[in-house]
Amino acid sequence: MDNNNLIINLTDISFSYPGEPEVLDKLNLQFSRNEKTGLMGPNGSGKTTLFHIIMGLLKPLSGSIEIFGKPAKEEKDFIDVRKRIGLLFQDADDQLFSPTVLEDVAFGPLNLGKSKDEAIDIARKTLEFLDLAGFEDRITYKLSGGEKRLISLATVLAMEPEILLLDEPTTGLDEKTKTKIKKTLRELDLSYILISHEFDLLSEITDSIYTMDKGKILFDKEVHLHKHVHAHPHGSCSHEHE
Amino acid sequence: MAVEELISIDSLINRIDPRVKIIEVFFFSIVVAVSNSLPVLLSALIISLGIILTAGIPAREIFRRLVPVNIMIIFLWFFLPFTTEGKPLFNIGTLAVTHEGLIYAFRISIKSNAMMLMLISLIASTPIFTLGHAMLELKMPKKLVHLFFFTYRYIHVMDKEYIRLINAIKMRGFRPGTNLHTYRTFAYIVGMLLIKSFDRMQRVRNAMLCRGFKGNFYTIRNFSFKKIDAISVALMIVIIMLLGVMEWTTIT
Repeated sequence: MDNNNLIINLTDISFSYPGEPEVLDKLNLQFSRNEKTGLMGPNGSGKTTLFHIIMGLLKPLSGSIEIFGKPAKEEKDFIDVRKRIGLLFQDADDQLFSPTVLEDVAFGPLNLGKSKDEAIDIARKTLEFLDLAGFEDRITYKLSGGEKRLISLATVLAMEPEILLLDEPTTGLDEKTKTKIKKTLRELDLSYILISHEFDLLSEITDSIYTMDKGKILFDKEVHLHKHVHAHPHGSCSHEHE
Repeated sequence: MAVEELISIDSLINRIDPRVKIIEVFFFSIVVAVSNSLPVLLSALIISLGIILTAGIPAREIFRRLVPVNIMIIFLWFFLPFTTEGKPLFNIGTLAVTHEGLIYAFRISIKSNAMMLMLISLIASTPIFTLGHAMLELKMPKKLVHLFFFTYRYIHVMDKEYIRLINAIKMRGFRPGTNLHTYRTFAYIVGMLLIKSFDRMQRVRNAMLCRGFKGNFYTIRNFSFKKIDAISVALMIVIIMLLGVMEWTTIT
């Protein structure tokens, strides 16, 4: 793996919530630029926890985190991480808290030190990009489930991240909204890790699919032998390229 | 939970700069609070009523908001007329109702209602977020404003969780009664409510951190001092002066 492109490097990460068995058990993960990775696994296998560790929302009990080539240990290290990595939460209600859509989308850019006009401009453009023009003054908690999810995605994209961590972005959505999210992710040309239980979705928009179980990521050996630049419905069957 | 249903009303008052609104309500309340003469207080009440009529707020909403204040005041009416020293007017049983006591209770009733009406017409019509920003602009302590903002934010969340829990027990045929099962169920609900809300708070905070929150709220709204603000300020100054003159000078 090309080291210059290595963005996320987790080594032997262990984590457990107080009084509970380990959720992550000496987990290793290397994620490079231009990768589009899918992550599957049963409920409670630690997928969301893993995302939260990458973002510095949870502190691992042991192991080391290196992001963008720099070790990330303390809160201040993660402030920079959060500027460059965008996390889409499982529950859109957690993400949206401002009264109006425009304010919520502009919240991130404002925090990044953009001026009021710049932030509004970015917010409007992001909404337009997602075909959500006209939603600016809608009240966030009165939106439908699908709309909430798309607006949440807008709030994350407005920060202009380099990498996206998507936590079940299509769960509970109708086909139309799902298609829209898929289309958006394809058009964006960003690197991302995507958690989902939907194999079809993962095979369509990710290059490789990892499985998480019992606090570890299982790397499919067959999949890992070659570089992945295409959708992979049957990654575990051996095959050749070119 | 209906907290901000008045913000969509498009009235002249709603267009006043929120900073101006806060300042106006503040000074109006001070004058009313320190005034004692009945004519002054009655005029204040009439002025408040007049202003609220122009605000275009439905009468039902006004009453709904006045109820909590007046419930407090009813309790004052139970005690003040009997416990204030003064000239006895008549007796109820062995207790004497004093003239001073009645006036005192009456005064408090008018004062609180006048202030409350002004508050409803000016502040209740402003979105909480805007109010928060206006408070920041007025250089109120940041911590206080954040406390105010988050309290509002989580009242909504807790209310939603509460409704969800209540619906869940209703769906399973729960009927409250006077028995241990009912008490236990309600205790569970309160407990669950606290824990769930705490969890949700944590998640919202995480989401905010991920979007670069560093303890500052920025606003995309522009506050500007417009003609209507100047007019409203002038009007409020006249009102306050009028009340002040009536209270502190003796007109013979």
